[in-house]
Amino acid sequence: MKTITHHIPDALLAAYAAGTLPYAYEMVVAAHVSMCDACRADLAAHEAVGGAVLEDTASTAVSADLKSNLMDLLDMPFETRSAPTRKGIYPGPIAEALKGKAPRWRPLGGGVRQDILDAGPEGSARLLFIPPGMAVPDHSHNGLELTLVLQGSFSDDAGEFGVGDVEVADQEVDHIPTAGPDVPCICLAATDAPLKFNSWLPRLLQPVFRI
Amino acid sequence: MIAVRDNRDRAAFASLFDYFAPRLKGFIMRTGTGSGQAEEIVQEVMLTVWNKSDLFDPGRAQVSSWIYQIARNRQIDKIRKENRALPEELQMEEETEPDAGQVLGLQQEADRLKDAIRNLKPEQREMIEKAYLGELTHQEIKQQTGLPLGTIKSRIRLGLERLRHELKHIR
Ligand SMILES: [Zn+2]
Repeated sequence: MKTITHHIPDALLAAYAAGTLPYAYEMVVAAHVSMCDACRADLAAHEAVGGAVLEDTASTAVSADLKSNLMDLLDMPFETRSAPTRKGIYPGPIAEALKGKAPRWRPLGGGVRQDILDAGPEGSARLLFIPPGMAVPDHSHNGLELTLVLQGSFSDDAGEFGVGDVEVADQEVDHIPTAGPDVPCICLAATDAPLKFNSWLPRLLQPVFRI
Repeated sequence: MIAVRDNRDRAAFASLFDYFAPRLKGFIMRTGTGSGQAEEIVQEVMLTVWNKSDLFDPGRAQVSSWIYQIARNRQIDKIRKENRALPEELQMEEETEPDAGQVLGLQQEADRLKDAIRNLKPEQREMIEKAYLGELTHQEIKQQTGLPLGTIKSRIRLGLERLRHELKHIR
């Protein structure tokens, strides 16, 4: 397997550890960490900082019965959320967002398809399906766009991105990702604002498709 | 923590509680949560520690980092509509013995990190606290760095590589 060369920037790993990322970015970070041991280790380093801060936090006395109640609960069944598991090409956190089902692709024009996994005021996350050699319509965006490759590859001005690679594009970038020639490229794209497409057709479609 | 994980040692768990519960409560309340709800979260975090102790790997994390992460998960799942997106968990085999050298090496790096934080200038230290308490956005975190994380990162990578190697061996 090709090694991952484009990683999650350190500030995003720190923000993930601290729990301040919107869900859409969180999904990209958690999916990349599921595929990349280097970033898994770096995230753990940020959690070590979090742990150090926690240990140095001024204590607040807990109620007298908290401990005895807790000790009584140790033998009781306790519902914990399990970490998600991978399904096919979809890393755990994406498989979880898909609720274990296959994506429900909607056409975007030019053979490009999308499935919106999450859309809210904080940001949006979508899966994109790009046929071999095809390009995603030219678009710009407010804020930051993170794109994680799950199958195949794409390239644009910033370079080539294969499975596991993350492209981090800020608002200055007007990029045209083009899928590699061999297999359809499937990727997860997350933004903290709605995408704006620059060509007239997708712009007309925007209200319909919630781009 | 290892006694909790391997021997289900209640006395060891009680001392973990004594050390972490008041810190956790203070930590959670600093983010604006009321005392009652903070205790509820403390209880859930500590129950998770007890019930998920098999996931704790001292070659990759300190107890405090692991508890920090659990507390973050619980808080986000509680306040937000969407559950926090979590990475896949690495499967650990029962017979995976942690490497004593690795555990010690990580311990030393973690101690060094704690010293580094304590020796920061007050305003820098406050920024670190704010960042990891979840009071800064990622854009704000980008502006400030300065913590030497390189060596602890390499140490954790070693622990991860060792685990991967062992998993390959078992399969
Ligand atoms: Zn990475």
